[in-house]
Amino acid sequence: MSEALLDVRDLRAGYRRSVVLQGVDLAVREGEVVALLGRNGVGKTTLVHSIMGLVRPSSGSIRFDGQELSGRTPDQIARRGLALVPQGRRIFSRLSVEENLKLAHRSRNGGHDLDSVYELLPRLHERRRHRGRQLSGGEQQMLAIGRALLANARLVLFDEPSEGLAPKAVDQIASVIAGLREQKLSALLVEQNLHVALKLADAVNVMTKGEIVYRATVDEFRSDPKAARAFLGVGQV
Amino acid sequence: MTFAAVGAALPGLLNEHLVSILNGLAVGMLLFTMAVGLSLIFGLMDVLNLAHGAIFLLGGYVAFQVIVGEGQSWLAGLAVAVGFGAVAGLALGGILRPIRHRGHLDQALLTLGLAFVLSDLATIFWGSDFQTIPSPVFLQRSVEVLGQFYPAYRLAVMGVGFALAVVVYLVVERTQVGAVLRAAVEDRAMVSALGINVGRVMLAVLALGTALASFGGVIGAPILSLSPGVDAEVLILALIVIVIGGLGSIPGALVGAIVIGQVQSLGTALVPQVAPFALFGAMVIVLAVRPEGIFGSR
Ligand SMILES: Nc1ncnc2c1ncn2[C@@H]1O[C@H](COP(=O)(O)OP(=O)(O)OP(=O)(O)O)[C@@H](O)[C@H]1O
Ligand SMILES: [Mg+2]
Repeated sequence: MSEALLDVRDLRAGYRRSVVLQGVDLAVREGEVVALLGRNGVGKTTLVHSIMGLVRPSSGSIRFDGQELSGRTPDQIARRGLALVPQGRRIFSRLSVEENLKLAHRSRNGGHDLDSVYELLPRLHERRRHRGRQLSGGEQQMLAIGRALLANARLVLFDEPSEGLAPKAVDQIASVIAGLREQKLSALLVEQNLHVALKLADAVNVMTKGEIVYRATVDEFRSDPKAARAFLGVGQV
Repeated sequence: MTFAAVGAALPGLLNEHLVSILNGLAVGMLLFTMAVGLSLIFGLMDVLNLAHGAIFLLGGYVAFQVIVGEGQSWLAGLAVAVGFGAVAGLALGGILRPIRHRGHLDQALLTLGLAFVLSDLATIFWGSDFQTIPSPVFLQRSVEVLGQFYPAYRLAVMGVGFALAVVVYLVVERTQVGAVLRAAVEDRAMVSALGINVGRVMLAVLALGTALASFGGVIGAPILSLSPGVDAEVLILALIVIVIGGLGSIPGALVGAIVIGQVQSLGTALVPQVAPFALFGAMVIVLAVRPEGIFGSR
């Protein structure tokens, strides 16, 4: 088996008063989109933040392209080729759309630049002089994705990109990510919207209380709806 | 009073108190050099640098040593002092680093302790007498302003202070470096997740802020004179300036500095009895109407 692009092993992490991740194993291979499902508060964001260096793991390993990330700072990790589309979008509200994008730009031969991102997300071009806070939720999410693209990362961590968006905006965001997937995007996709997750991902991981308790390919998952109900408490898929 | 009456009274006020108004502007610009750094540092790092006044005073002393002590040029004194201020900021960054996860109080206490140490050092080296740097020769004259003579040096201080405000504003609002700064004020963690070393940005802002304070100490020395106590005085005034103007806002620091300069100078000339309270009166009024300061957000 070829080594995964991202390989998380026995990861433990948490905050001052609470241990959240209690031994997480998870892998994302090159060109693969892996969904991470789980109810509120099980530790999905903590995992994503640990990978990005925003939370310091207490033990375990996070290997990216064969190199250990655990213990490095977020900026070092970003420069190694990871990008984050964070929960809540975290657009810089006082910066213009274009300033938000330029801040994220790390040029790479054949990679994205401002023009190519505007072409892919024309709405951002129309809005380029607006401040972050003047955008709708869907536009902010586009901007968060645009930022991640301009980082020219090898792996993108999406943390609930459809959260809090109107159904129409959810569809738009999903089709943007679907388009990226066509171009061999490697990503970890945290989602609570099962429909979106299954549409975009190759494999599914389900997390409960700080552990991955179920993993399967999307096809296996679809043919086993009991799994979905058992782990997520959701209805028919 | 009608508008016409106010209009008629204004020229009288201007004539009678022109010197006070101009002095207030000069003092305001000195306060701006202090306040802008304090405000930027607080906005970015959440650290209230109570050593800022000591760096202002030490900057003045360093230039005094170079210009008066060693007989070097004014420009050399200014350059050495600004360099000293920047190094002091970098050192402060190093000292603050181990306690960066502690609360505001711990950090403020550390900078306060540092202020005492620096202030004592200044007294050991330069004594407690008033020391002054003579203004540069080409500015040692008076210029006629609206029919009255006024020292050219003070006008130059106003000009330099205002130019500084414009430059700092443009850099922060219009450049890529400024965008990094504004973004980091809002969400440091997210900026670092974009691959930017925020620690380095903070060091740069600290160094810039303290270099400006030191610069202020140098250009202020011919006006204020240097002596122990000046550090605390300018620090308190600058703190009032940023509270009035709005923490983290550059236009706020400028307007706040002008207001406090006038309260200090024109206020004393007009109503000497209440001048000691006018400062705090101004602060109370502004905060009652706009608790976030004139240009503050949220
Ligand atoms: N900064 C923090 N400090 C302390 N505890 C935190 C912090 N962030 C999250 N937690 C706690 O850690 C646990 C896991 O939170 P986390 O945000 O990782 O969950 P999540 O799966 O992403 O949830 P959601 O679906 O609501 O985003 C929760 O109990 C939460 O209260
Ligand atoms: Mg979350």
